Amino acid sequence: MSTHWNRKDLLGLRELSADEINFILDTADAFKQVGTREIKKVPALRGKTLVNFFVEPSTRTRTSFELAAHRLSADVINISAATSSLSKGETLKDTARNLEALHADILVLRHSSAGAPQFLAQWLKSSVINAGDGAHEHPTQGLLDIYTIREKRGKIDNLNVAIVGDILFSRVARSNIFGLTKLGAKVTLVGPSTLVPREFEKLGVTVSHKIDDVLPKADVVNLLRIQHERQRKEYFPGIGEYTTLFGLTKERAKLLKPDCLVMHPGPINRGVEIDSEVADGLQSVILDQVTNGLAVRMAVLYLCGGIAS
Amino acid sequence: MSTAIIRNGRVIDPVNKRDEVVDLAILDGKIADKSAIKNQKAETIDAKGLIVAPGLIDIHVHLREPGAGHKETIESGARAAAAGGFTTVVCMPNTSPTADNPATIAWIKDRALKSACVNVLPTGTISKNIAGEELAPIGSLGQAGVVAITDDGHCVQNHELMRRAIEYARMVGLPVLDHCQDYNLVGNGVVNEGYWSTLLGLPGWPAAGEEAIVMRNILLAELCDHHIHCQHISAAGSVRLIHEARARGVKISGEVCPHHIALTDEAIQNFDTNYKMNPPLRSKADVDAILEGIADGTLSILCSDHAPHAEFEKEVEFDQAPFGIVGLETELGLFIDLLVHKHRKIDIVHLIEMYTVEPAKLLKLDAGTLSIGAPADVTLIDPDLEWTVKIDEFQSASRNSPFDGWKLKGRAVRTIVGGKTVWKL
Repeated sequence: MSTHWNRKDLLGLRELSADEINFILDTADAFKQVGTREIKKVPALRGKTLVNFFVEPSTRTRTSFELAAHRLSADVINISAATSSLSKGETLKDTARNLEALHADILVLRHSSAGAPQFLAQWLKSSVINAGDGAHEHPTQGLLDIYTIREKRGKIDNLNVAIVGDILFSRVARSNIFGLTKLGAKVTLVGPSTLVPREFEKLGVTVSHKIDDVLPKADVVNLLRIQHERQRKEYFPGIGEYTTLFGLTKERAKLLKPDCLVMHPGPINRGVEIDSEVADGLQSVILDQVTNGLAVRMAVLYLCGGIAS
Repeated sequence: MSTAIIRNGRVIDPVNKRDEVVDLAILDGKIADKSAIKNQKAETIDAKGLIVAPGLIDIHVHLREPGAGHKETIESGARAAAAGGFTTVVCMPNTSPTADNPATIAWIKDRALKSACVNVLPTGTISKNIAGEELAPIGSLGQAGVVAITDDGHCVQNHELMRRAIEYARMVGLPVLDHCQDYNLVGNGVVNEGYWSTLLGLPGWPAAGEEAIVMRNILLAELCDHHIHCQHISAAGSVRLIHEARARGVKISGEVCPHHIALTDEAIQNFDTNYKMNPPLRSKADVDAILEGIADGTLSILCSDHAPHAEFEKEVEFDQAPFGIVGLETELGLFIDLLVHKHRKIDIVHLIEMYTVEPAKLLKLDAGTLSIGAPADVTLIDPDLEWTVKIDEFQSASRNSPFDGWKLKGRAVRTIVGGKTVWKL
């Protein structure tokens, strides 16, 4: 293996160095080429078993990991909380150790509790890949966002990146903050004060509650999904007011620089955090993010899977 | 009955303003004048270089019986208490069933009588089943022998219900202990709200969630003219509120657990559930305020909030793990090490007061002194003994401590209950 990578787990971007992040992105470059070939499969993880262990529902991330594993020739098993023994009262640790006893090489974990991947990684010899833990981290989403920015803008350093929406409860926001700041971007968080508390400034970012001041300077705007159905209603008065104050409407989009990228991790609430015209517009790279997610996840599985063996 | 003489120790008995190197006599389980045992066959205990203190009292422990004997039993918890230097422990009523009725109190007392090597004093609940909705039979609980009422682990949110509970407790002469937590402000918080909760994405438990209820208790203590004791104070604002109220003569007090001065919320960064307790570990500024509160007498009682949990219960996702750590066998060492040696906030006499005189006064116990005729509950302390915490050597049935491997200075070396040595190093 390369001297650039010696981790069996990918738990978050906070513990990675800028070099390690760049190394994953460079590796993803190579895997992105694979997706353009007629035969989109390489034998890198042939004979290895990957378990997609999703204790919290997800379609998009799970599918992306599954496809990435298939393209690396790994065998894939999907387990969700509803079908696992967790619903029978087994602890997460016991379930994971049972999977390991079946020679699972890589465990991709999605969990509603922050720290669940860290918790498992300390017990398992298998690779643990964090596919989102509570409001903590979603490192492959952070990596694919950064990959997409780097691909479109050629660099990360000194770019103004605005992340808009529900930051407090967002693992996507945290992974983006950790990764982008390490690579030299200037990150501004935008949203209502209840969802973007000032405490975030201690993470080396700027906090703003006025989107119209932020948009004209932005090189990238990353809009997070407003999960109103999951939020305690005291955090903001309602969807209508949110859109009025923070939505990227087509009128507001006129404030953007022509080369500013519009991003969204999906699934999109059209007409809430972003207007349809903007989501589908020329500046939108939302579908590039999805494509790049596959390459980034192949790179992560390849690198970590190689170390665990 | 046990008769003994403890020779050449430094006898510290704050109630009697006594601090001298002298022999201490025990006759038939009580402290006696030396002349009274002249012709008796007495065990000789050499206490040269040691402090001879009134038996220490921990007013905040969870012994888990009835209902959760896999975490701790009254028997094992009492052994842990003895090993920590405690001759009396006050157990919290959040058992299963809750101690909200005289029958459960009678069961606990019977169990303690038959199995415990130290004095175990039960508390009763404030509300039925600790549900915070209607009053528990506080008068009957008093008759059954509880030393206080508390809904510890929970907090009565309805201020009117709390007011009536305090008035009622005043009538029957029971002190009120309160776990201070505003449920609306705290929500599903599991760690201190601040930098680390923001970084780790863990639900935050703001200090204001404690301070709001401390303030409520101050107002109700004034309204009802009855004492309210605030349990496990963790926040700087709580210390300030109690300080101001006591200066005005309000009957309010507060206690401190060692983890709230030994650690900050920085310790949670690896999601280790042995750093998860309620109230949570807070910031350096909170630790400093608590240290000052101890030094100036605002916070008058030391305790452990001994909260045993089985390993399999703690080895789960952070937000799903139960709150709490064991403390009986580490608290004295931590407090002597931190308060007397490291931070030099108080001297050993003040520390002993906080573990004896103050809890005895709060709960009106016949304990906490070495007066002639008092029960011969005595703790021998070596304040300079250096030792290492080893969780595998705990007497407690549980091991959930963040202090494994800590090197501490100061510990109890012998624990005597009713004249009988129940533990020695």
